[in-house]
Parts: sequence; C-alpha cells; structure tokens
Amino acid sequence: MSENNIKHGGESPDSEHWSRMSRRGLFKALFSIPIFGVFFYNYFKKKAADDVRREAVMSELRVSETGPAVIPEAISRPPSEHLRVGIIGFGGEGESLVRNAGFAHPDWVESATEAHREDRANKRLETYMNQEDLNISITAVCDVFDVRAERAMAASAVEVRPGGGGANPRAKRYRRYQDLLDSGDVDAVIIATPDHWHSRITIHAVNRGIHVYCEKCMTRTEQEAHDVRAAVKNSDVVFQLGHQNRQSESHIKAREIIEADILGPITLVEGTTNRNDPWGAWVWDIHEEGSPETIDWEQFQEPAPNKVPFSLERFFRWRCWYDYGTGLSGDLLSHEYDGVNQILKVGIPKSAVASGGIYYFKDGRDVPDVFQAVYEYPDRDLTVMYSATLANGAYRGLTFMGHDASMKVSGALSVTADRSSTRYEQKIDDGIIDTSRPMFTYRPGFKGIDAVTSATEQYFASRGLLFTYRGGRRVSAYHLLIKDWLDVIRDGGVPSCNIDVAFEEAITCHMATRAYLEGRRVEWDPVRRRIV
Amino acid sequence: MRVSVQQYSSFQVTALVALRVLIGWHFFYEGIAKLTNPYWTSAGYLAESQWWFSGLFYSLATNSSVLGVVDFLNSWGLVLIGLGLMLGCLTRAATIGGVVLLALYYIAAPPFAGYTYAMPAEGSYLVVNKVLIELSAMVVLLAFPTGTLFGLDRLIFWKRTPEHQALKQAHA
Repeated sequence: MSENNIKHGGESPDSEHWSRMSRRGLFKALFSIPIFGVFFYNYFKKKAADDVRREAVMSELRVSETGPAVIPEAISRPPSEHLRVGIIGFGGEGESLVRNAGFAHPDWVESATEAHREDRANKRLETYMNQEDLNISITAVCDVFDVRAERAMAASAVEVRPGGGGANPRAKRYRRYQDLLDSGDVDAVIIATPDHWHSRITIHAVNRGIHVYCEKCMTRTEQEAHDVRAAVKNSDVVFQLGHQNRQSESHIKAREIIEADILGPITLVEGTTNRNDPWGAWVWDIHEEGSPETIDWEQFQEPAPNKVPFSLERFFRWRCWYDYGTGLSGDLLSHEYDGVNQILKVGIPKSAVASGGIYYFKDGRDVPDVFQAVYEYPDRDLTVMYSATLANGAYRGLTFMGHDASMKVSGALSVTADRSSTRYEQKIDDGIIDTSRPMFTYRPGFKGIDAVTSATEQYFASRGLLFTYRGGRRVSAYHLLIKDWLDVIRDGGVPSCNIDVAFEEAITCHMATRAYLEGRRVEWDPVRRRIV
Repeated sequence: MRVSVQQYSSFQVTALVALRVLIGWHFFYEGIAKLTNPYWTSAGYLAESQWWFSGLFYSLATNSSVLGVVDFLNSWGLVLIGLGLMLGCLTRAATIGGVVLLALYYIAAPPFAGYTYAMPAEGSYLVVNKVLIELSAMVVLLAFPTGTLFGLDRLIFWKRTPEHQALKQAHA
C-alpha cells in the first residue's frame, strides 16, 4: 500500500481540486463504504429481531407501553376556593404532611437550604419549592406537647413557601382537639396523632362537617373502624386515609397489568417489610424538653385502654405499645395491604392467621418486631401473605405470583414470565420471551414499559437507582395525596384512599392483630360484618 | 517528533486503519443504540459516579433538563465520532473527541481499589479497564494518523496527501 504507484494524467499539478486523484486514490478515500454496508446489514437484522420480539410480547400482553392511563396529577384543577386547614398531631408524620401541603417549618427550610449549599445534589428544598400552591392556610393547631404545637404554629407562618405566596398569619393553638374542631376556624383537618386518637377526632370532625385527612392505620380497634365508617358514610365530608401508594405511578400501572390479566391466575401475593435500624423499629428520639410540664400526659392517654404513669418512652415511641397503636399491623402491614388492595381489589379476607414475637428489640415494648400474617381469599383462590422483620434490611419487595408470570412492585415495576407458563409456552419455546429476565419493566417518570432493554439498565431499575420525575419535576406522593383530597373537597369526586378502602384496610389489619394476640385463626363474617 | 504517513509499511497502515475502523464501529453503534432506545439515559451511570468528580456527575444526573442535554450530547457525540473514525472524515477531531468522551467515562467511574459499582462488569478490573484501553488505543491513532491514507480526509485534505505531493513533484 505504499504510495509509489501514482497515476497522473498530465494536468496541472497545482490544481487543488481532488478530481485529479487517481481511481485508486478515490477508492482509498471511500474504502469504508462496504464496511457501512456490513454495519447496517447487521444493525437492521438485530433491529428486526428486537422489533419482532417486542411486538410479539406487546400484542400478547395487550397493555399500553405508555404510563398509567390515569395519572392523578394529569387532572390538574386550579385550586379555586381557599381552604382553612387544621393540624392535630405535629410529630414527625404531621410535620411531614404539613410541609407537603406547603408549610415547612423555618428550621427545616434552613437545614434544607444548608444541605443544598453543601451538596448541590440535595434537592429537598427544590422539591418543596416546586410543589403546587394548594391555596390553603394552616389556621389551627393542636398538640399535647408544647414544643410540637409551637413548631406547628411556626410552620403555619413560614415565609419560604411554594408559589412564593408569602407568609400566612400564625395559626392558633388549641389545647384540646374538640376546641379546634368547634372553633369554626377550619374547613378541613389533618389528623396525624397516634392511632388511639384517630376515631374520636375523625368522628367529632365529621359531626362538625369538617373534611378529614387521617393517617394510617385508620383506627386502633375493630369497633372504632365501624364507628368511623358509619359516621363518614352518613355525612358529606371528604375522608382520605394516608396511604401515599395510591398516588404511586407504579401501583397504578400495576393495576392495569392486573386488568390485562398478564399474570394468569394469581394464587399468592407476598408483601414484606425489612428494616434494620432502631428508628425503623420506632425507637424514636425522646425530645429533651419532654416532661410532665410540657406534655399533657392525661389527655394523651385518655382513649388508651390502660392508664399508666407519665412515660417519655411511651409518649415518644408510642408505636411500641398496643395501648396506642397496633405495631407492625397498623404501621407497615397496612401499607402493604393497601397496595395489594389497590392493585388487586381484594377487599377484606375470609380468614387470617398471624405469628411473630419480640425477638430483637427487647426494650419493654409489647408489640412484635418480627411478624407474619397470612390471609385467605377462597373466593379468589388466593393467599395474601405479609412478612416483616425489624432486625434485617434485606429488600424483598411486593410480589404477585401468577401461573404465567410474576410481578414485582416497588419504585419500579417488573413482570417476568414463568418458566412453566401455559399462556407463554409457545413464545418461550420460540425464544421470544426470556424467563431469566423481565418481559418488561415500567419505571415511573420514564416513557413507558420496556420490553427490550439491556441487562445493565434492568439492573439499575431493580435497584431503584434511576430517578423518578413527573413532568420533569420530582414530586412527593404525600403532596399528591393531600392535593387529591383537597381537589375532591373543592370539585367533588371520590378520593383515592376513601372510606371504603380505608375500612377494608382497618379491618384487615385488625384481623392480623387479633389473630396474633389471641393466638388463633380469625374470620370475617360478611353477613354480620364482624371479625369472629 | 512526527512520523510522516509516507513511512508506514503496508502492514502498519493495515493495522492502524483496522484499529480505527473497529473503534469507530464501536462508537457508532453505541451512539445508534442510545438514540434508538427511548428508555436510555445516562442517569444511572452518572448517579453511580465515584472519586473526585462524583459530585459533578451526580448533579448532572439529578437535574432533568441538564440530563437531557448530557444524554443528547453523548448519543450524538458517539455517532459523529464513530462516523468520523469509520469514514476517516475529520479523523483528528473525531479522535480527540473520542479521547475526551472516554476520559469522562473513565473519571466518572474509575475502577480504583475500594470502589464498587452496582453496574455489573463483564470482567475484572483494577485501575485499568476497557475504557482506559480504548482511550489509549485512540491516543495511538492520534499519534499515527491514517485519515489521509484511507478515508475521506484524502479529499478534505487533498493537498496534504502523499499522492498530491508526488503529483506536484512529478510536474516540478
């Protein structure tokens, strides 16, 4: 290939034009054209194979590749009427809810600003500021602990707010929830107290015609669940229970997958909780200013079945005792169950057994830290199982197991065909469906279901490493759930976690609690509507 | 020291052009694969970044509009560099672009002792990985250019080609 064989036709050598180039020289210039031929031959061959696979999978499944058909925030209505909202219970959850409604405590704003200054990737403040302005004000506050009541009042008048609306007047503090609800200062109330207070406050609010957003678990006992349901059903108030999974895109998409019957007959669903740190086991901080002087202990334990002397542990770590809540049942089984109920619409099970124990956190609590509950739905030929430990952090997720495929639901959603599937047998034999990896994955915020991806991307999806955006913004599901509640108050409709599903949640959780405490299998009597 | 392209033996030219075309092919397909995959994003890779520049890469991943620009530049950069190397078109610029891109990939996630990544690797790497080797191979291409021997650069830089020089001498 040396350059000594140059043919020239006698034209002026000074000509700069390459038309003087020899034929061989031109070949050398264009030598890679055939290589492109090879490239594109292979490329289109691969693409055609991928397209066939993708179309075969999609036509088989009959589920759209795009996001959920109904994305809650897509129905965005401008907040017309201004609403006055009260907050009862301003602990960790109450403060988080009020912030997601647009009122962060000034200290939080400062720490989030500082965090962003130190680490530009910290988006807490940006997420908060990008929230939609819900056109509400926090007008009334009730907490039995002075420090938290003060914090709530400070948050109500915070200057840094989404939408740049400026500071609202400071909320008024009420010592008792009855006074707050009777004051005429609130149109709606957020209840984020311990569970033993939920039913009393909800029923009082409903009787005053005040709309209710109540944290889960809806009630502490079965009877309370009946009472709350009856009160809400006989009123016009809008009731929302705090299960933010109702706003999760992957849960909404999972429902579509179920409706398209992609999994075949589902016989087992497993929901799980694994946590492995004291905070996750409700060993929450005891506030240094907490004392009999700053905490109205007698009011706190008023609805509790057992009255005990003042206890900081019991006040700040109330989830550890059945006097105030139901432990894993009401805190975390309730989330998993509501997710299953949202996706499968299973309702209340026929029977429940439960077991577990206090195996790791032997700190005086009386609720188990390892807990399993098994529910039977004979009408659906289905078992729903919940399994939890607070002393191991292995992630197990929520899995729906069908004869033809399994679906895992977390931040992302993936469906994997079963090796012995009847429905997909032919496609598995033809190599169109690979059972060693998901048939498709759906990642919220992305463009849709994905039937053909690289192993690497699936790995990222499964680890939840990919960020979720909605409309280019990170949005909190708490914010969406509060907004959903306010939208229904203003414009009518049915809130996503309404009283019917809230009642099913409460009864189902209480069945597990009773099965555990009574050491027996309990059943739901659908005629008398009682746990027996 | 600059090696004149005339001094390459046939074997050297063949080896260098083959290396260039193979790297070009790799870049071109990486780019095409990203452009044609609606789900592709660099977010996962960037979010996993370690070492000195991890903050920068992480912030690219967390800002969705910036991420869009990064993904666009990356996909099209790969396509154009790949085309440049395969066609031998503006080969020098394409090679430099490729070295820069590979350097970014490398410093985003270097396989240093003590760093682990969620993304599974297909081999075992310590300090040296295939990104670094491809980068070095492109530095070799920069040191031993072949665009004016085999490639469209013959037409673009016609006056610099040995053929043109020889023509000129023959007429002198």
